[in-house]
Amino acid sequence: MAQVLLEGIHKVYPNGFEAVQTCSFTIQDGEFVVLVGPSGCGKSTLLRMIAGLEEITEGTLSIGDRVVNDVDPADRNIAMVFQNYALYPHMTVAKNMGYGLKNRGISKAAIEAKVREAADMLNLSDYLDRRPSQLSGGQRQRVAMGRAIVRQPDLFLFDEPLSNLDAKLRNQMRIEVRALQRRLGTTAVYVTHDQVEAMTMADRIIVLNGGRIEQIGTPKEIYNTPASTFVASFMGAPPMNVLNATVSDQQVTLDAGLELPVSAPAASSGPILVGIRPEDLTLGEGTTPFDVQIVEELGAQRLLHGTLGGQAFSVNVNKDHEAGTGTIPVGINPGAVHFFSREDGFRI
Amino acid sequence: MKRAGFTNPWLPILLLVPQLSIIAVFFYWPAAWAIQSSFYLQDPFGFGSTYVGAENYTDIAESTEYRKVAWFTVYFTAIVTFLSLSIALLLAVKADNVLRGAKTYRTLLMWVYAIAPPVAGFLGIMFFDQSHGPLTRFFGFFGWDFKLGVDYFDTATAMIIVAVWKQIPVNFIFFLSGLQSIPRAVREAALIDNGSGFRRFWDVTFPLLAPTAFFLLIINITYAMFDTFGIIDTMMKGEPGANPMTLVYKVYIDGFRGNDLGGSSAQSVILMVLVLVLTIFQFRLIERRIHYT
Repeated sequence: MAQVLLEGIHKVYPNGFEAVQTCSFTIQDGEFVVLVGPSGCGKSTLLRMIAGLEEITEGTLSIGDRVVNDVDPADRNIAMVFQNYALYPHMTVAKNMGYGLKNRGISKAAIEAKVREAADMLNLSDYLDRRPSQLSGGQRQRVAMGRAIVRQPDLFLFDEPLSNLDAKLRNQMRIEVRALQRRLGTTAVYVTHDQVEAMTMADRIIVLNGGRIEQIGTPKEIYNTPASTFVASFMGAPPMNVLNATVSDQQVTLDAGLELPVSAPAASSGPILVGIRPEDLTLGEGTTPFDVQIVEELGAQRLLHGTLGGQAFSVNVNKDHEAGTGTIPVGINPGAVHFFSREDGFRI
Repeated sequence: MKRAGFTNPWLPILLLVPQLSIIAVFFYWPAAWAIQSSFYLQDPFGFGSTYVGAENYTDIAESTEYRKVAWFTVYFTAIVTFLSLSIALLLAVKADNVLRGAKTYRTLLMWVYAIAPPVAGFLGIMFFDQSHGPLTRFFGFFGWDFKLGVDYFDTATAMIIVAVWKQIPVNFIFFLSGLQSIPRAVREAALIDNGSGFRRFWDVTFPLLAPTAFFLLIINITYAMFDTFGIIDTMMKGEPGANPMTLVYKVYIDGFRGNDLGGSSAQSVILMVLVLVLTIFQFRLIERRIHYT
């Protein structure tokens, strides 16, 4: 177990592509940190640099109190779980799990004991003699987890480990992975593009966009006070409504001329962006007219899509709230309105 | 596999006829003819033949000459197969690590494959030429007086070198594509599990290459035993005398130079049985155990 320290980490590929812009952060001992962002945002590159599979162009990476920039992946005492499991197809489940230990000169009996223990933990005891090709996707995922566990690493690295599983299994494994990490108390870095995984699993989330860190924070912080419109619309489903508006004397007016019953922060004026989460609105109250065009039934909720002052807008209401198409007044909770700069998208 | 349904039972037969007739005309008919003629003593000038029973076979079994050629074939096949596979594997592993220039390298190496065996043999003669062959000079530098076509051992060495050289490109291409089909994540997982590149290769990479390697093993054995005819023919410069030759070449020499068609047929039958055994070995014993998916 160890803390991970990234200082001025920077990655430029030989072809000149800047995958990760200079960034620094610390992952605490035992913490579960999720790197989230759209594809190509640099999250996997960052993880692979921590693993040692990718060279660090600039900066210092420490695991525990050891600088590991030039340490071989095998000597970093880490374990990685890959998206497509990356099991050795010619080895049995037991051999797959024990291979990393064998190379550390651990005795056969000790390896077997550790493999057995991990297999028990993961309900794999009946499959130890099978080949990966004889297992289901979920079982393969467990073997990959087992391979990581038996090494008793300082650090777990997960590279979108659940994205090849079907939705139901994914939800189940999400909980299992989280519970396992809690139980073992091993520091973990988890890469995903799925904001639900990020929100549900993380102690802290790092949101990346275009090779840059947009925001670091707990799931609650990220959701309640997104640092930019990117974070606001990436985290949360359905995404936050972001409207073009102008502020003068703290009065917010949408670009089409509709005045919103909220007051902008004193410092802001001129063109801005107004963000409102779909669930922070009440139908049938207030005076702002919302033109509903499509109603999506989600079972527990109903999602209304339409326009507000001519701009795309969604409202999320409870299932027992009747709703149809047409214009309907909508009430805005003034405390739940976010203001962003129109120039760079950052929070005001 | 998907089963195709035919309503007319004659249609599949009709579709198979072209292929079957080719096999029949070019394999079964000559094979049957060889088996038949292996029991006869043919008149060298084509005036009839005499039934001699298994005499052709017993002659072969007792012939020290045949035994010598058979042993040479075994050594030749083993050495050519081993060297062409291992050198190609080494080159493929090295090329796999290189990203830039890999394509050019592959193309350059592939050119050798396009050379016809007799031309390869002829190039071999030039390289091993008694007076000005660069390889002869090279060996001479180490005090080895290389005599192609005169010294049994020297000629065998030259044949092996040319045969290996000719076969490396094919093996290389197969090994390289085999290496590149190993998922990157599996290699990376191995990178985290094992710090030694050498051990990683033998524990992970090579077992995953095994299906390719086994396929190539069979291809190379077949190549060394049968397809090196052109190289051998060119390199011994039409003087079989004291020179080494393989069983296939001996079939030709005895049949068409020695005009012993019966004995030559008996030798072909033995080779056919050998191929049959090799095929059974391939399908039954190993191929089944070596695939993982």
